[in-house]
Amino acid sequence: MKEALQPLCRVAAHPEARCWFLAWSPGGGLLASCGGDRTVRLWAREGPGWACRAVLGEGHQRTVRRVAWSPCGSYLASASFDATTCIWKKGDDGFECVTTLEGHENEVKSVAWAPSGNLLATCSRDKSVWVWEVDEEEEYECVSVLNSHTQDVKHVVWHPNQELLASASYDDTVKLYREEEDDWVCCATLEGHESTVWSLAFDRSGERLASCSDDKTVRIWQQYKPGNEEGVACSGTDPTWKCVCNLSGYHSRTIYDVAWCHLTGALATACGDDAIRVFEESASSTPQQPTFSLTAHVPRAHSQDVNCVAWNPKEPGLLASCSDDGEIAFWKYQRPEVC
Amino acid sequence: MSLVLGLLAQALGRALRYSAPRRAGHEPRGRAMEQDKALEVYDIIRTIRDPEKPNTLEELEVVTESCVEVNEIGEDEYLVIIRFTPTVPHCSLATLIGLCLRIKLQRCLPFRHKLEIYISEGTHSTEEDINKQINDKERVAAAMENPNLREIVEQCVTEPD
Repeated sequence: MKEALQPLCRVAAHPEARCWFLAWSPGGGLLASCGGDRTVRLWAREGPGWACRAVLGEGHQRTVRRVAWSPCGSYLASASFDATTCIWKKGDDGFECVTTLEGHENEVKSVAWAPSGNLLATCSRDKSVWVWEVDEEEEYECVSVLNSHTQDVKHVVWHPNQELLASASYDDTVKLYREEEDDWVCCATLEGHESTVWSLAFDRSGERLASCSDDKTVRIWQQYKPGNEEGVACSGTDPTWKCVCNLSGYHSRTIYDVAWCHLTGALATACGDDAIRVFEESASSTPQQPTFSLTAHVPRAHSQDVNCVAWNPKEPGLLASCSDDGEIAFWKYQRPEVC
Repeated sequence: MSLVLGLLAQALGRALRYSAPRRAGHEPRGRAMEQDKALEVYDIIRTIRDPEKPNTLEELEVVTESCVEVNEIGEDEYLVIIRFTPTVPHCSLATLIGLCLRIKLQRCLPFRHKLEIYISEGTHSTEEDINKQINDKERVAAAMENPNLREIVEQCVTEPD
């Protein structure tokens, strides 16, 4: 099963520090990484391997926990334990910090751009999720502070084609938010995980959401709109999200990240047992009761915890991963014959 | 027919591989190795100083030899579990001790390991909350970037010259 995921290249990305997160640029040509050394680094292909093209070191005073590209690829946002979020703009001379978003009371854990490019979300250990609007003059304004979670919010992701926001928290839940009459409201709470939810990923259609947790499971949630054929009850005009699959027994420690490839449908996980796993929907899967099988498992993908896995948005099967050991690894995934 | 058997074998193999990890420590040599490792761990943590009192965790019986459990979880990889008993039922102090244990072992333990730290059962009213915090590596990393906390931890874990 090791053969389905082949190692391509490994780089020592963040010296003497953890590499916390990776994000591919929308065009797929650049990989942004961030870590405990307080920098954001940009990587591009060079010959058979990958080389560092830029080091953005002047933005933060503490660990950079997450980076996110704007849909147009001209901006990069970085979220830090120093309680700020930097916005970097691509220019002729590289990236320059153009704005610093402040307001969170303590560590910012995640940042995400909406597909429209006009909205940004951040979340923090202060238990809140902030929604920011950005206008043509590159002015950022906080339009909502959401206090629905009762604990540290670990991650935020936007729906691929709706203005719907999802957040994952130390309070063991996933929450969804949408805009209602000029303000943002929490429209759903997904319960089921038995410990901290670390990360989230929507599938390409946005009908399904994958969540991963400290409880060592990955859960798949499915959207049921009002008036759905299956007879799933909805409250008012809001869709209901139901857990339709629970992948348990595969991971032996906390799962820190899950990534759903929008090109192939493959689901990758980053685990505290140093392994990377890939799952695909099996042939016997039905829409209401999907089943996933493990198609790849690399036990010692890194020498320490794997913190992030990221599928390249343009090249099918190209996966990047990073670890507490400070390294980034690149992999080629090929779906096995029988699944 | 052979395809079905092949699939069956594959599924069986998968089921066996992903069942609970076999305790390598059942064999005498494995068990002795685990005990050796436990002593190695204890040697590192016993000299950690209490954040409040001028005593080591060993002197205050916050940690004892038997509070360290080591299990082999893979080739040359061990799961280290520590159950410590805080001296006072004060939340922040217990979290601080947990932090010191984690940081010192992160720095000093030479063998490949995964670490779990818990308050020994029944010694604290909010033990679940504390256990969750001290085992959340993101929370631990952020805490260590707080200069005040970092200073206290450094004082507790640094060996005197």
